[in-house]
Amino acid sequence: MAHAPTPLSKRALIDRSYLEHRAKVLDLASFLDRIDRASGEGADDFRMLAFESCCALLIDGQPNRAQRILELLSDHSTEPIARAGTKGATGAVPPSSGGAR
Amino acid sequence: MYIDPHIHMVSRTTDDYQRMALAGCVAITEPAFWPGYDRSSPEGFQDYFRQLTDFEPKRAAQYGIRHHTWLCINPKEAEDPVFAREVIALIPQFLDCPSVLGIGEIGLNKNSRNEMEILEAHLELAASRDLMVLVHTPHLEDKLKGTRLIMDAIKNQAKLDPSRVLIDHVEEHTVGIVLERGFWAGMTLYPDTKCTPQRAVDIFEMHGTERLWMNSAGDWGQSDPLAVPKAQLEMRARGHDEAAVRKVSFENPLAFLSQSGRFKVS
Repeated sequence: MAHAPTPLSKRALIDRSYLEHRAKVLDLASFLDRIDRASGEGADDFRMLAFESCCALLIDGQPNRAQRILELLSDHSTEPIARAGTKGATGAVPPSSGGAR
Repeated sequence: MYIDPHIHMVSRTTDDYQRMALAGCVAITEPAFWPGYDRSSPEGFQDYFRQLTDFEPKRAAQYGIRHHTWLCINPKEAEDPVFAREVIALIPQFLDCPSVLGIGEIGLNKNSRNEMEILEAHLELAASRDLMVLVHTPHLEDKLKGTRLIMDAIKNQAKLDPSRVLIDHVEEHTVGIVLERGFWAGMTLYPDTKCTPQRAVDIFEMHGTERLWMNSAGDWGQSDPLAVPKAQLEMRARGHDEAAVRKVSFENPLAFLSQSGRFKVS
């Protein structure tokens, strides 16, 4: 199975997985609506700005969307940081890190 | 039948061993990892390494599953280099245990200088003893940068053969660069933060099945010890034949791990 595209046709893939991904689109929409309805700060959170950029990639008609979204969300700096201040990751590149593309 | 080549059974129940055996698991490998808190002394690792090399193989054997392990101090506890070097000094006394396959899961977490120092110390140990290596790559936004730094560090150890090093937790943006440099690559099947079974099968379809495996990395967080058989189901549902399913979930891990001379299946 070297570089074997899925044996299923486009139509068969859609038949099999459309409803699952329809639900995921609604999850995204309701997540954004929920944030809109919520009070307080956060509308300009760097993670949400990155999220909007990811959504734009989804509909740009170009291939390799998953890879390009992961690259968009990646730190592109090249040198080790001085010290690990935390163990966790946020899922997007904080503006202060200087590693955003 | 399948092998889960990366799972942290010290964090799982015996019921999980039973469920895995019922799903066809015949062997696992368990890398040393971070328990969710920092251990207060190197002696804590002495006990942990005993658990990995003595207790856990017996628990797995009750369900016909062969248990193997990799030893290290995980990068999440490597920010204190003095402490980390004391732990590394404990490792050699366990290397003759028959279920120890090598050093792992070493790597980077936040891509810090101290983590790099301890990664290099682990690599020196592996090179000096001709040991295989299992590599953890960082999470989320840190993964791409960390993967590149790790591969450069390994290449600096001339004695380490990339074909005896597996770089784990690859995703769509790192799998290509790992395979291009001659390493093996592992995909971890996690609900949120790594690959889903669907995306893992996509990656097989895009990058082929050579030098590539998948694992559950089941641990104390959100994870699924049955993720590998679920990915097998996804492959079958997409029309891939049994030979392909067997290759990625059994033959590939068997081929890589057998280089240790110690890996066995039940």
